[in-house]
Amino acid sequence: MKLSLGPIPYFWDRDRVSDFYARVVGAPVDIVYLGETVCSKRRALRLPDWLDIAERLSAAGKEAVLSTLTLIEAESEAAYMRTVAENGRFSVEANDMAAVNMLEGVTPFVVGPHVNVYNRHTLELMARAGARRWVMPMELDRETLAALQAQRPAGMETEVFVFGRLPLSFSARCFTARAHNLPKDECGFRCADYPDGMPLRTREGQSFLSLNGIQVQSGETYNLVHEIGELRALGVDVLRLSPQAQGMFEIVDAFRGVADGHRESSAAAAMLEPYQAFGPCDGYWYGAPGMNQVSGD
Amino acid sequence: MELVCPAGSMPALKAAVDNGADAVYLGFRDGTNARNFPGLNFDLDEAHRAVNYAHKRGARVFLAINTYPRPSQWQKWCRAVDQAATLGIDALILADPGLMDYTARTYPDLRLHLSVQGSATSHEAIDFYVRHFGVRRVVLPRVLSLTQVQNVMKRVKAEVEVFGFGSLCVMVEGRCTLSSYVTGESPNSSGVCSPAKAVKWEESSAGRRSRLNGVLIDVYAPDEPAGYPTLCKGRFEVGGNVYYAMEEPTSLNVLDILPDLYRAGVAAIKVEGRQRSPAYVAQVTRTLRAAIDACTAAPETFTPEVRWVEQLDNVAEGRCHTLGAYSRPWQ
Repeated sequence: MKLSLGPIPYFWDRDRVSDFYARVVGAPVDIVYLGETVCSKRRALRLPDWLDIAERLSAAGKEAVLSTLTLIEAESEAAYMRTVAENGRFSVEANDMAAVNMLEGVTPFVVGPHVNVYNRHTLELMARAGARRWVMPMELDRETLAALQAQRPAGMETEVFVFGRLPLSFSARCFTARAHNLPKDECGFRCADYPDGMPLRTREGQSFLSLNGIQVQSGETYNLVHEIGELRALGVDVLRLSPQAQGMFEIVDAFRGVADGHRESSAAAAMLEPYQAFGPCDGYWYGAPGMNQVSGD
Repeated sequence: MELVCPAGSMPALKAAVDNGADAVYLGFRDGTNARNFPGLNFDLDEAHRAVNYAHKRGARVFLAINTYPRPSQWQKWCRAVDQAATLGIDALILADPGLMDYTARTYPDLRLHLSVQGSATSHEAIDFYVRHFGVRRVVLPRVLSLTQVQNVMKRVKAEVEVFGFGSLCVMVEGRCTLSSYVTGESPNSSGVCSPAKAVKWEESSAGRRSRLNGVLIDVYAPDEPAGYPTLCKGRFEVGGNVYYAMEEPTSLNVLDILPDLYRAGVAAIKVEGRQRSPAYVAQVTRTLRAAIDACTAAPETFTPEVRWVEQLDNVAEGRCHTLGAYSRPWQ
């Protein structure tokens, strides 16, 4: 099974991003998704910078994919997306139907997790438009995946998000700016101060969600390390790990070992434990509330 | 600019039609629509009667099948489309691309609208649905500023419907799984957000607490009015402060920008609230009918009447209103 690194969901500064991908070059991942997918105001890196990183990853034998913005609001964002779609060198992950529209018939592409593929008819439509891989939406469960795998279009690869805080929603509003009593247009890039997002707790102190600009993530970390055998049996091709500031390369090693059959999932789970600030969850996989932890209960 | 009103029941449908709605929208009594609440919506017979009632009085009927069917549900959703096609409705509101493909192939003459759950926020995304399925109208998610709506209008090849009044969805519709994260059921998968069966109220001398599947959504002082615990409208702690971290309980109201929407060429103003009472539907329909008529008669001099604003605030979530994302400062 291949391992992928999803796009960095947080606003890291240029140096941090450069250092991160300098390490990724030597890390045991097969596919790396690059680019800003959350907020178009975050421009620490421009397209030439991302292309430069993609070239270096490509030279190291990895597949580099440019990932597009999830919520398109302004014409300028659509124009940037078109530049990405027509880069001519690297394949693209479409996180919105606007990107699918631009990529259709132009170049093979990846359908990201924020395009709602819930059934084989939508997946076939994506295949006809030129998709060669799809990432299962996070709220779907194993029964849905099994049914989709049984009838997936020829040549379509399947990728499943297996580790990281879940991207649960997007808004026009910036919740990080709101937490600082700032309007989005004068946000001062406060999200740069939270390299793993801003924890949101209930009034009785329960960790609940994480604020990341216009995105709301889960507080708990989605973790399917115990389910890798099942994912393999279902014919899943790629396991996606979502970048976080803490322990990313230890996380990669833990999953690599299990994916290659060199490590028991329980040993990997122990390795991952320090890097789940508020504990694991896996409910979505079992058709339960996403925040639940079902395996091991 | 037409007025499209919610019909969660036959009395609500009559209230909308009798008070001046140009069109009503409704759904079947199951998970195929995004207001799958107990006691709401229409079976096939009721839907027939609803269409008859509306058509006799010159109002059009849209039917929403706007959740995303998983493989085990596919046949049921197709049957819903098949049944809808027998009703003589004026448009079908869909979100799922696969289901739209089925519908466009099977019923090429059936007019299609893209649901707000389709998350299409740009002319490029809309173009995909127009090219593939001949979609005639798109309902925009409540995330665009007025300027952005105006820009979409310049390039779009379909009619555009926008939300004008009702409970405010803070997140991009069709891309929010907060509810299934907490309860296992989301608008996309089950047609519900923060479902009532997961709600628990706790009373104590210190006040009232609302929970959603055990998660504390809000705490109210003894004299404080309590609202439904929609999970994005609770008070939480972030950075040491307790506040409405995502949004206050409030309603969207576009009266202030009605002439701008009209001049931009918006085809329809949609009212949210199939889960609300017939009295709500009657009041909101009557008020917006008057406002839209005044606006289209004289857009240059239009100003919202104070009594309209009061009438709408009286039935609004949180008894107050906002322009939401239409206004940049809100964002």
